[in-house]
Amino acid sequence: MQYASQLYSAALRMTRNASDAEDLVQETYLRAYRSYQSFEEGTNLRAWLFRIMTNQYINTYRAKQRRPQESDLGDVEDLYLYRRLGNLGTLSRSAEDTLFELFTDDEVKTALEELPEVFRVPVLLADVEGFSYKEIAEMTDVPIGTVMSRLHRGRKAMHKKLYDFAERRGLVAAGDDEQVREPTNG
Amino acid sequence: MADCNETLRELEAFLDGELSDDGRHAIHAHLDGCNDCLQAFDFQAELRTVIAAKCRNDEIPPSLLTRIQQCFHDDFDDGATR
Repeated sequence: MQYASQLYSAALRMTRNASDAEDLVQETYLRAYRSYQSFEEGTNLRAWLFRIMTNQYINTYRAKQRRPQESDLGDVEDLYLYRRLGNLGTLSRSAEDTLFELFTDDEVKTALEELPEVFRVPVLLADVEGFSYKEIAEMTDVPIGTVMSRLHRGRKAMHKKLYDFAERRGLVAAGDDEQVREPTNG
Repeated sequence: MADCNETLRELEAFLDGELSDDGRHAIHAHLDGCNDCLQAFDFQAELRTVIAAKCRNDEIPPSLLTRIQQCFHDDFDDGATR
């Protein structure tokens, strides 16, 4: 059961509610148990379990969606958050400490969970679970190039949402464009 | 050597560990001499660390663990990684 807790966190991000997440994890273990003879010794058990869970999630929940949501993401500039918050950590503390305190756990979870599924799942699998493009392509059954472009767009949209949270709580000045860093030029 | 725009274009693939050795070396060579890009890379790496930490800290309900365990006669995943 060493991966049950990781699977449960990921299931919560996918399904966005505790009851569906519990069902998804339990179903994942049942399927894994039933198809255990197809698991190849020496390959990555964690990746295998996540693959089963991702397939199960996509097959169960995609059917509930009326249409793909590719176009629902606005276009966000590259390095959106860095250009706005990149100065925060330079005085005495690391950016990591500053960012860790700037956003609550719930805000980060919400920023991820509000992404449309086709972006949410790859961002979760890459940025939270650390799987490779190839593994994510297999888990979500799309080409690697699609994984890369969805990661790129999904991350930017998620980072913008994080900024909106910080702005809403007054932690950063609203609409203060003078603080936006100029893009670096070659 | 890669310029800033080329380097920043590779930022995600670099942090994702998806660049070739040559690609990684080119990024390192640029970052050694370019503080602006280095800061951007550091920020993105640290942001990712924070996102991962905050998205995987949910506690699994004990009742779910019990239900899963009841499905099995033995602990198949503990046995498989040994």
